[in-house]
Amino acid sequence: MTQLPTPGATPAQPPPSEPIPAAAPPRPRWRETLGLLARNPTAAVSAVVLVLIVLVAVFDETLAPDGPNDQDPGRQLQPPSWAHPFGTDEFGRDVFSRVVLGAATSLRVGFLSVAFALVVGTLIGLLAGFYGRWVDDTLMRLMDVLFAFPAVLLAIAIVAIRGAGPANAILAIGIVYVPIFARVTRASVLGVREEVYVRASRSVGASDWRLITRHVLPNAAPPIIVQTSISLAFAVLAEAALSFLGLGPRRPNPSWGLMLADGRGFIEQAWWYTVFPGLAIVVTVLCFNLLGDGLRDVLDPRQRTLMAGGGR
Amino acid sequence: MTSLSKAPQPAAGPVLEVEDLRVRLRTPRGTAHVVNGLGYSVGPGETVAVVGESGSGKSVSVLALLGLLPPRTATVSGRALLHGEDLLTMSPERLRQVRGPGVGMVFQDPMTSLNPVLSVGRQLTEGLRAHGHVSKAAARARAVELLGEVGLPDPGRAVDRFPHELSGGMRQRVVIAIALANSPSLLIADEATTALDVTVQAQILDLVERLQTEHGTGVVWITHDLGVVAGIADRVLVMYGGRCVEDGTVDDVLERPAHPYTRGLLGALPDLAADDGGDLATIAGTPPPPTDLPAGCVFWPRCPVRGDARCETEQPPLAPVKGSHYRDKGTSGVPGEGQYRDEGTSGVPHRAATWCAEGSGS
Repeated sequence: MTQLPTPGATPAQPPPSEPIPAAAPPRPRWRETLGLLARNPTAAVSAVVLVLIVLVAVFDETLAPDGPNDQDPGRQLQPPSWAHPFGTDEFGRDVFSRVVLGAATSLRVGFLSVAFALVVGTLIGLLAGFYGRWVDDTLMRLMDVLFAFPAVLLAIAIVAIRGAGPANAILAIGIVYVPIFARVTRASVLGVREEVYVRASRSVGASDWRLITRHVLPNAAPPIIVQTSISLAFAVLAEAALSFLGLGPRRPNPSWGLMLADGRGFIEQAWWYTVFPGLAIVVTVLCFNLLGDGLRDVLDPRQRTLMAGGGR
Repeated sequence: MTSLSKAPQPAAGPVLEVEDLRVRLRTPRGTAHVVNGLGYSVGPGETVAVVGESGSGKSVSVLALLGLLPPRTATVSGRALLHGEDLLTMSPERLRQVRGPGVGMVFQDPMTSLNPVLSVGRQLTEGLRAHGHVSKAAARARAVELLGEVGLPDPGRAVDRFPHELSGGMRQRVVIAIALANSPSLLIADEATTALDVTVQAQILDLVERLQTEHGTGVVWITHDLGVVAGIADRVLVMYGGRCVEDGTVDDVLERPAHPYTRGLLGALPDLAADDGGDLATIAGTPPPPTDLPAGCVFWPRCPVRGDARCETEQPPLAPVKGSHYRDKGTSGVPGEGQYRDEGTSGVPHRAATWCAEGSGS
């Protein structure tokens, strides 16, 4: 039987028996996440490698011994040596320098296209998931239409319409990934939307915009973060594919995909011409993927099965 | 205490008047009639306790008032006048303004009703800043003050804590502070103290009572704890199967229950004074599914009395229980002897939706 509370009999002051638990400074969630990530060796190594790749891309002109198009006539298609660690191509250009300089192109296209998809897709997913009904139906059917095209084919079609070039490659890859972000966000929002704290916040008069930005988005974010990392891998790959097909950066700009395309013709005489840019792509894509897996384990273990088949 | 209220505050008249509230929910098993013609009013400073089993429609009936049910599945009809203004037909923007300064709501589970990624202070100031231009510093100061009022130790530091750093009781007090932030004219507490231990519970009840005397706040207190009801309520409304089966003053309902369901509910309370150590009295069976309510009295399938032939096919209306007609049927130790208070004395009629309280065949 519950005690019958006698009004006025209890002092308003709380009993001292309930102190605030041991005064640790508030620990933001992102620090906790980083701590967990550091304990996952694969993800931690991937993160370090990715930081190195980004540093290479940022300081490319300092790191590259030669300019992208410095030719060394008479030393065409030289195997790797101390002077040219990755060998030279058919014009006598230093492959190492071109791989280093190509990192910036690949990463720029990758980051910008994913940023585009992240912003647009997340916004669409938030609106569709939060408002539901006809908003959801309209937006998600649009996404389904985009999703129905094979990714690279769609990108090629967009570039074919708008013309080749890095800006259009970014736009094309970005549009391809919009529906993926929209879906991941919507699925996550559908769960968070029903949380009591969202309802509670609504009950004190918070506006929809506030509910979406302060309550729904932060709590729906983990799968979106994971998807970002995984999408970066695929975006780098897609950039390489578009370049390979001549739909990305134009010659003679250094680009991993272009180098693969050009080196293809010499693969029997000069393996280094294709292997090193290829390795650069593999390492970058692999690291983004492994980091994404690690983030998923840390942030969102439940999504493991859900996204296993969803990557493109 | 500064009031940021934008809600109308007439001097007299009930704070809330609910008339014929009905809520239907679309479910995979058909339409669920969750609330069926509920009516009550809450005066300034008055506490109305809504009691009933789980699934009797208590929570849904108050969520419907604030438009917090999912619009996809819920259909709400009837009227709910907050100071004369109908909450159910209000524009969304007006409703948003009323939520907070007009009606504050405390949710049941302190573990899920706070956002895990925002600090306590951020969530407290949200309500303040949603209604009027309050600077961040002023809102923070008020948040600290509110946390102090609900009895949280060291409010100056607690304001920067995250929900996971607080205990359940502390969280629930934060939830209550959020509901009280805009000094609402009506406070709805949905099982607000169920998750708390009794000492904290007593503090919270005390706090709400103080608020009522200071601001004339009307309170709707949903609970299944009859101890709390006896402690704080002025009036009691017993819900069963989405209907009000009995209402009246707390004395009338708790001491002279008329409806067989209410009597069963009271009989299910363990009596610690009795030393027989017998089994708890229970009401056999379960509440009817809201998708398939009985045609007659909602309690008929479980009723131990079934004192009238009409019970099975007709719904007994909610009618005043007449003291002179009242006869204890001997179900429990209810004092039913003669000295029944007249309707006029308390100003609140004691009503019950049953034919069985008036003796057989009336």
